[in-house]
Amino acid sequence: MSNFFEKSDLSRSEAENIISDTLQKCDDGELYLENSKSESILLDDNKIKNSSYNSDLGFGFRAISDEVVAYSHSNEISKNSLKQSSENLKSTLKSVKGTYNHEIPKSNKRYYENINPIEQKSLNEKIKILNEVNKYLRSKDDNIKQVTANFLGEQKSVEIIRSGGETLTDVRPLIRFNVSVMLEKNGRKETGVYGVGGRQSYDSYLKDDNWKNVCDEALRIASVNLESKPAPAGEMKVVLGPGWPAILIHEAVGHGLEGDFNRKKTSAFHNLMGQKVASEGVTIVDDGTIDNRRGSLTIDDEGTPTEKTVLIENGILKNFMQDRLNARLMKTKSTGSGRRENYRHIVLPRMRNTMMLSGNQTQDEMIKAVDKGIFAVSFGGGQVDITSGKFVFNCTEAYEIVNGKIGSPIKGATLIGDGPSILKEVSMVGNDMMMDPGIGTCGKAGQGVPVGVAQPSILINKMTVGGTKL
Amino acid sequence: MVKDQEFLEKKASYCLGLAKKLGATESSVIVDNSVSETVNFRNKKLDESNRSDDLGISITTYVGKKKSSISSSNLLDENLKILIEKCVETTKNTPEDEFNSLPDKDLLAKEIKDLSLYDDTHIENDQKIDYLKRLEVAASNDKKIVNTESSFTQRKTNFILANSEGFCNGYKTSSFTASSVTVAKDEKSMERDYEYSSKCFLKDLDDAGELGKQAADQTIRKLSPKKIGSEKIPIIFDKRIAKVILSTFASAISSSSISRGTSFLKDKVNQKIFSDTINVLDKPDKLKGLGSRNFDIEGVKTETLKLVDQGILKHYLIDTYNGKKLNLKSNGRCGGTSNLYFENGNISFKDLLNSKSKSLYITETIGHGSNIVTGDYSVGATGFLVENGEFKYPINEITIAGNFKDMFQNITLANDLEFKYATNSPTMMIEGMVVAGK
Repeated sequence: MSNFFEKSDLSRSEAENIISDTLQKCDDGELYLENSKSESILLDDNKIKNSSYNSDLGFGFRAISDEVVAYSHSNEISKNSLKQSSENLKSTLKSVKGTYNHEIPKSNKRYYENINPIEQKSLNEKIKILNEVNKYLRSKDDNIKQVTANFLGEQKSVEIIRSGGETLTDVRPLIRFNVSVMLEKNGRKETGVYGVGGRQSYDSYLKDDNWKNVCDEALRIASVNLESKPAPAGEMKVVLGPGWPAILIHEAVGHGLEGDFNRKKTSAFHNLMGQKVASEGVTIVDDGTIDNRRGSLTIDDEGTPTEKTVLIENGILKNFMQDRLNARLMKTKSTGSGRRENYRHIVLPRMRNTMMLSGNQTQDEMIKAVDKGIFAVSFGGGQVDITSGKFVFNCTEAYEIVNGKIGSPIKGATLIGDGPSILKEVSMVGNDMMMDPGIGTCGKAGQGVPVGVAQPSILINKMTVGGTKL
Repeated sequence: MVKDQEFLEKKASYCLGLAKKLGATESSVIVDNSVSETVNFRNKKLDESNRSDDLGISITTYVGKKKSSISSSNLLDENLKILIEKCVETTKNTPEDEFNSLPDKDLLAKEIKDLSLYDDTHIENDQKIDYLKRLEVAASNDKKIVNTESSFTQRKTNFILANSEGFCNGYKTSSFTASSVTVAKDEKSMERDYEYSSKCFLKDLDDAGELGKQAADQTIRKLSPKKIGSEKIPIIFDKRIAKVILSTFASAISSSSISRGTSFLKDKVNQKIFSDTINVLDKPDKLKGLGSRNFDIEGVKTETLKLVDQGILKHYLIDTYNGKKLNLKSNGRCGGTSNLYFENGNISFKDLLNSKSKSLYITETIGHGSNIVTGDYSVGATGFLVENGEFKYPINEITIAGNFKDMFQNITLANDLEFKYATNSPTMMIEGMVVAGK
């Protein structure tokens, strides 16, 4: 655990006094301290291209009065700097008359170990694996023209000090291992990307030569794409594979169910609570409590323990995801969804691991039920306009379905749909729910946070596929 | 107040000295500080204030042809000492790469021009609030507008870039940015749109009322959109989307994509990649330009480049490392382009709209659908159907797709270029793309 006051002219008790004095008539607020260490080691074009290390330290001081948030952050943890921030907050919130809400739930559960993954594996070992990855892939296929592989590791220590001195802490490990391959054959180039990660040591993901599986998967995707033909354009049936394609859930409904957009009534879902927004059999949860997952958190960035929040149960909209601010203004409780990229940013309600739970059907039954459509297995990313509800996601591996059979691979294309209605078009839910491999980052208001997704195979009756073949 | 040159220089020279002492044969360092103050409004009331004071340092050390780097926000000398020790140690353990080096000395910038990038004016929060009040009154004038959010940011930055070859330079910059996001609603739909203005000098910023009104107008006209059928149709890109296509072109000619072989524009220098009438310039020394600079992030001098001349690709964007790999000299584009733009075409906006009996005017795209390896492009889109020069009705839930290789050959530009961002384009029409809808 970091001792944030060790090398500072500011003592913990002085800090507590400034915090309590600043927040006394505010409704909420806290001092958030963060110390993060991260590394990136990259192999590219047959060479170790980059080895870098970052250490970041700072605080963010937040005061909330009614709907107004005042925030100030700095890298310097010093008496002067905290006082300046305090003055800045006070000058924004000129006349405050709230009552500070001291209530914050507690839990002893932890969802990951207190480790520093960077220190658990030497630089030489990491470089050795990257070189082996390069050698392994290039020996597997003569068409390989480029291999990129990298390690990303991080340890983030956070401390939240509330008015009155209550203190909450968390230490969060996070790693990612990625491989990207480019193939070239007959003048045509295609890429395949795959990765793994989560809140454990590198070795938890790479032991027993598991890195070879990551390489094989990247190569497999690139090889499939090398044979792909132009994707169709227009509305058709879409079967989504399990796991990572749940980006659909994240974009189509996840963002629209975040508390801030619903308090402001700018989400297409704001007036749909208690109503049917999905087919029967569709249940979606946002869960921060799964051990070692990329989107899991012991406490959120306001100190609230995370939970498993049911968003949609059997087709009915049940809950929004809330931080403390939006929960208070909407007269409900925080769901432990208050997150920020780092101390430079304000807290927003965000997703953790967003999952559609399993149903009873098989993927086979779905494929058989489609005369003309596509089967999408892997995705690059997505985006949503939460106000109109329209969302997209980009396929990176997909096939055509003709008369109930999987046909040729098709080129990457964007799929577009309408969030509030798409889940009503889900006509089959598979029995094969799978988590993603642990590589997702969600962006909102310029802040990126690690998230996870999961889903079983699903059949969607109608979606627009953005190909070029009419 | 943003830190002065003397403070930043002192930190930089401390780092270079220490790196040398610890065994680095070459090194470079960037120290920067930015102070920004933001006020946000929502529905004509104060919503948020945010003050940031960010200090950062990043150091790269070389031991022969070995290289490693570190960065930190903690600038205390004792912390820097620990980090530089770690950096030099890591460097020694990192494999050699023959192309690693600082830039050639004769390419480093010698002359620093005053490009008018810094306005000393300080705008107090109360003045920002006045601006936002005027903006939001104008934005919420129409009853269809149900939510307004707006923001005003003043940002001041200063930096020093120094290296062991004796280069040591830096300068202050400022920006003043206002934005307005509005939500409109009718019986059938709810839509959002925005308007934005960012300038180096406060006095150049757009009028608050104009900005708010424009955001509201652009939102209201999107209400009750329709979905159209799938077809091949000429597409007209609003300037704010046309510039994104230009940015994709820039990433496809970056020397890193070229040297790695991962760009559809590899080996295309001196070949015709755009239609005859197209010229692309990158001009670093534009006064008050949002992308202006005296040198790139390695210290290499920058000059205006005509990247595309009458449709022919003339240059890649070259940094030191990839330049050496490609056997080319850096042209000062490490970190990307400066003020990048398409030169004006020779047809007015109105004539462009009128040039086809039916076309699609795109105002927003969503999704990350640009693949610079293959040139494939497929994104979600929002816009309007245009018939005989008239906006007929709004359209959404469609995608547009094509391949940049073909798209670039079929571009027609209007003559309405403005310098609103760092990368700018006139209104652009591309023929031959496919719309997927119903």
